[in-house]
Amino acid sequence: MKKTMYEKIWESHFVHQEPGQAPLLYVDRHLMHEVTSPQAFEGLRMANRPVRNPHSILATMDHCVPTKDRDLPIADPIAKKQIETMAENCEENGLNLYDMESPDNGVIHVVVPEHGFVHPGMVVVCGDSHTATHGAFGALAFGIGTSEVEHVMATQTLPQQKSKTMLVQVDGQLSKHCTAKDIALAIIGVTGTAGGTGYVIEYAGEAIEALTMEGRMTVCNMAIEAGARAGMVAPDQKTFDFLEGKEFAPKGEYWEQALTYWKSLVTDEGAEYDKIITLNASEISPQVTWGTSPEQVIGVNGAVPSPESFADKGKRLACESALKYMDLDASTKMTDINIDYVFIGSCTNGRIEDFRDAAEMAKGTTVADGVTAIAVPGSFHVKLQAEKEGIDKIFKEAGWEWREPGCSMCLAMNGDELKDGQRCASTSNRNFEGRQGKGGRTHLVSPAMAAAAAAAGHFVDISKLG
Amino acid sequence: MEKYTKHESVAALMNRNNVDTDQIIPKQFLKKVERSGFGVHLFHDWRYNADGVTPNPDFELNKPAFKGAKVLVVGDNFGCGSSREHAPWAIADYGFNTIISTSYADIFYNNCFKNGILAIVVEPAQLDLLMDEINANEGVSFSVDLETQTVNTPAGNGFTFEIDPFRKENMLNGLDDIGLTLKHVDKISAFEEEHKKRLPWLWAS
Ligand code: SF4
Repeated sequence: MKKTMYEKIWESHFVHQEPGQAPLLYVDRHLMHEVTSPQAFEGLRMANRPVRNPHSILATMDHCVPTKDRDLPIADPIAKKQIETMAENCEENGLNLYDMESPDNGVIHVVVPEHGFVHPGMVVVCGDSHTATHGAFGALAFGIGTSEVEHVMATQTLPQQKSKTMLVQVDGQLSKHCTAKDIALAIIGVTGTAGGTGYVIEYAGEAIEALTMEGRMTVCNMAIEAGARAGMVAPDQKTFDFLEGKEFAPKGEYWEQALTYWKSLVTDEGAEYDKIITLNASEISPQVTWGTSPEQVIGVNGAVPSPESFADKGKRLACESALKYMDLDASTKMTDINIDYVFIGSCTNGRIEDFRDAAEMAKGTTVADGVTAIAVPGSFHVKLQAEKEGIDKIFKEAGWEWREPGCSMCLAMNGDELKDGQRCASTSNRNFEGRQGKGGRTHLVSPAMAAAAAAAGHFVDISKLG
Repeated sequence: MEKYTKHESVAALMNRNNVDTDQIIPKQFLKKVERSGFGVHLFHDWRYNADGVTPNPDFELNKPAFKGAKVLVVGDNFGCGSSREHAPWAIADYGFNTIISTSYADIFYNNCFKNGILAIVVEPAQLDLLMDEINANEGVSFSVDLETQTVNTPAGNGFTFEIDPFRKENMLNGLDDIGLTLKHVDKISAFEEEHKKRLPWLWAS
């Protein structure tokens, strides 16, 4: 029988199914951060259960770490407690932790690939919804809850129902200044935030193949915003080149063995998906969200839609309330929307390529009056690399703040946040009400769009730039 | 999880309907990094005076007669509101292992069994009988037997209750979801051995 990549990975990790219960799936890699793990460790302690496979775990501190004055004690007592607890838990259980002082520290979904910890064909979990990022390597990677974190630590398995499969085929080529982020947003514009519910998405087609590994991570990262359990891309030469030589990548004779295995994972010619969606990359313009859900997105050359333009009643009401929260009038041109804040970073767009893109746009510009712009590398490695390339200077000369790595304004848990009513061009992944601070208004964009908006003080149709 | 078989214990009464999880464990206590220790915050806003420390003598669970109660008899639709698992954590940590009500919110009900709490559903008339008995004799003990699915009371208001056989089995054997999976630990180990042979590099670094 012809099989999709998802089916192959599923079958190779199926452990057992007891009648009347969900199948047990084996987990190869378990990623961790400080916010969703403490009660899971506590649960293990209470039940006197050991961590079954400490070597399968990689942990970092990212959600509530400060992005400046890292040498000072953390001011927020709750954040401080979470950081300390994480350190204790990892110490006690012999887990590999990139703590705040580690040169390997950064956002979990940025640091894990940097060390080659996830390979094609793996089942990967993390108490974090953006775990789908690692699907870029042809792995089945998805987010789980705290009791599941405990379950995986104790058993190395998870009861899981099988998902349906969806192929998102992106043909053609992206136009200039259009990026993986624009593909990700455009897809959600088509599927909606619930369109992927119950599915695992496989991204394929010329435009996906053309993306770098960083770009594929950006696309897979936002699979969850389409409602999907996970997103994945078939491994190819780019994947192998990316992994080769990395700390946790197979070495020596294992490398050849692994390559053969990885190549066998690709979806069989003629295998069937439960659903197929097709887009053409050449029709994708630079995307900007106008509302409070990632599906409320439009090309920067467009205008804010009116509630009446939605046939569906639910979407009409959602538009109405989004416009109210975002303080926008229908028909306003996207390029006429002024911003107060710009954030480049997060596990969606906090990798080196993102800062290169943004720097190209920021070079020789000055941040517009009244605008605060911060660049937050996804990890210390990204930061160092950018500094090697002089990218930090470009930002600083343009009036940006160049920060230490962390989740920062992606979820505003570490003190970096918008004030009530402030409007932000952000390269993160969620524009929910209050996500970047109470009353804050978020427009999701690509790094290049964010940099252009910082200089202009409003959104700019960068596809018109040379 | 502890095995649940049978016990005789003081039954405390809260004659309130629609008690939501925000009341069971107010949100200011959710930021803790522990799962244990929520018991002191159970029903915090009702249980303590404005200072948040001294017990409110008017709150029913603070009655000396209800001290040490393991059984909680409570009004309709218990545990509605947010899905926070902190609610059953707090109830169990306080010392309750049995709740008797006419109905529960869905997620809360599931979470109870995950945390070793037997949530019993009774008819409204039956609940009234139990409430009357406690009111007439505060500090009365009920005996609960999961094996036979019965509750008995001194005044003869005993009854039998329904429970999903799978859940019953798990409680009797003290199995939580993890315990249940660990029943198949041999299969997991066997799988792991095979997996290691196929993908040895996963264990190499
Ligand atoms: S950067 Fe944002 S989305 Fe990514 S892990 Fe951190 S908080 Fe979650």
